Amino acid sequence: MSTEQPSPTDSTTTSSGERLASLRQRFEVFEGDRLGQIGLAILALFIFIGIFARPYTIEFLDFTVSTPGLAPYDPGERAVGDRLESPSAAHPLGTTDMGRDVLSQLIAGTRVTLIVGSLAAFMAVFIGTNVGLISAYFGGWVDDVLMRITDIVYGVPFLPFAIVLVAILGSSIVNIIVAIVLILWRSTARVIRAQVLSHKQRPYVESAQAIGAGHVRIMYRHILPNVLPLTFLYAAFAVAWAVIAEASLSFLGFGDPNMLSWGEMIYNVYTANAIREAWWWVFPPGICIMLFVMSVFFIGRTLEKEVNPELNHQ
Amino acid sequence: MGLRAYVVRRCLQLVVTFWAFFTLLFVLFRMMPGDPTSMFIMDGMTPEQREQRIAELGLNEPLHVQYIEYVRQLLTGDFGQSFIYNDPVTSIIAVRFMNTIVLMATALIFAYIIGITFGALMGWWRDSRFERGGIVVTLVARSSPEFWVGIVLLSVFVFWLGWFPSSGMRTTGGELGGGFVARYGSLDFLRHLFLPALTGAIAYLATPTLLMRSTMLDVLNADFIEIKKAEGLPERTVLYKHAARNSILPIVTVAAIATGTAMGGSVVIETVFNWPGMGREMVSAVNNNDYPLAMAAFFLMGSVVIIMNFVADLAYVYLDPRVEYE
Repeated sequence: MSTEQPSPTDSTTTSSGERLASLRQRFEVFEGDRLGQIGLAILALFIFIGIFARPYTIEFLDFTVSTPGLAPYDPGERAVGDRLESPSAAHPLGTTDMGRDVLSQLIAGTRVTLIVGSLAAFMAVFIGTNVGLISAYFGGWVDDVLMRITDIVYGVPFLPFAIVLVAILGSSIVNIIVAIVLILWRSTARVIRAQVLSHKQRPYVESAQAIGAGHVRIMYRHILPNVLPLTFLYAAFAVAWAVIAEASLSFLGFGDPNMLSWGEMIYNVYTANAIREAWWWVFPPGICIMLFVMSVFFIGRTLEKEVNPELNHQ
Repeated sequence: MGLRAYVVRRCLQLVVTFWAFFTLLFVLFRMMPGDPTSMFIMDGMTPEQREQRIAELGLNEPLHVQYIEYVRQLLTGDFGQSFIYNDPVTSIIAVRFMNTIVLMATALIFAYIIGITFGALMGWWRDSRFERGGIVVTLVARSSPEFWVGIVLLSVFVFWLGWFPSSGMRTTGGELGGGFVARYGSLDFLRHLFLPALTGAIAYLATPTLLMRSTMLDVLNADFIEIKKAEGLPERTVLYKHAARNSILPIVTVAAIATGTAMGGSVVIETVFNWPGMGREMVSAVNNNDYPLAMAAFFLMGSVVIIMNFVADLAYVYLDPRVEYE
């Protein structure tokens, strides 16, 4: 990523020391920014929980390494006779109407959130950046066609579309991600296009053209690194929207039945008619969704300051 | 490009967008699971009845004929019969649509009044504790999905304090006759409206607040504010008459777009509070395989989004003469 802010001086060699310095520079934005730091800390915690949610067994040559999982029980395991129990030592967050451990479900649900958030955001931003870049760089009819498609996607209401698509394709995590990506790329495409339009006029692009660089090279080697910070910013927002979308879809009962997510937990409370009494079952997943999205927004805000210093955040 | 040319082009674009949306719907609902005809056929029919029904619905025609027939029906507002209610979809959806509009309009009006006021004050008292706290509160509100806000409000105000009824639109249940005021003006209705509307207001608060704050900061940097202050006008006058008024422009555009987005949010809010609106109807229609009803609801929501985006673009060029029409 050392090419992100290219200047005439740092073009050729990047030693490991320089690379480390640039990495440190990357995190400097977060210095003195309390909200950004809180966001990073919360996100790191969720990633840790998501990775170590279930026990691992790694076999390598003669060694077998097992790590204990963070979840005390199997999320689907029923503790007989412990139905809808309030929190206790055995079940720190109580049990569901089926006698399942809420804390274990919560920990397992972290993984679904991480998968949906990262995959959907990556794909949406990947498509959006390419559409924006190609649209702005070539202009003319290419621009017209791509931007009209973007306009049309802007006319599609997000949740209803996702509901219908998931109903058609079936409730699985892959289909949910597809539904989210098909809508989510639109904002990145518009923003990147505007940014590339302004870069296209700059001298460095003209000089690259003058020495005979091809279109692909100019687009991806010269222009793209300059719009990457904006791409990262929109990736952060995309993670937030993707997680909210998945939670909302699951809450409405269209979640993947094989992968319990936080939104689905709340859907289960609803269908079990337990929302009035089982606060220990409904609040933890809601708070987790909120904290996760919040951490991403906080990080996004910090990135925004770097991308757009004149926003005057201070 | 002049203003008139821009408007003409934008109108053409509206037609194209609508056409694409029509077509998307057609494709989506022809892709519904199972045999392509089974979704329009009810169980327990004899083969003859089946044949007759298929012919009635025109499902034995070639696809392009079906498509033309479908567009004609949409344009005339004929969405067919609901499988579950056995009534014309149009009459079912009309009532639901009105309920949704009343709910979401109330929510958005709350959101924009509160958001504009707070955003303006946050910009005015820059660098204060109020501003920093306000930003955190706004970001927390933006991070909460609508259903989560609804559940929290429900738990606190209904289950714990018992101040409001938990669900539905009125205590008596069922649809009342009478005019608009009788329907939506009663105290009982307002008590049912309050929590779902507040949920929407909290969910849509962030955008106007943050936008108002940042445009306010821009305007406050402009010279004319300094001049007004130098003229010795009281702070309040400068804030309300000059700074806030000049910051409100971008909000108008965003408000129009937000109205479109709120249609999606209505699906969730109506489900939480059992509000008999279009969003909840759509969810249950999809679950019950009542495709004509689901399609009509989807079509109406999409139409609102498309039209509001159109209004936003036009409002933008009319309100700000500096805008260049690209």
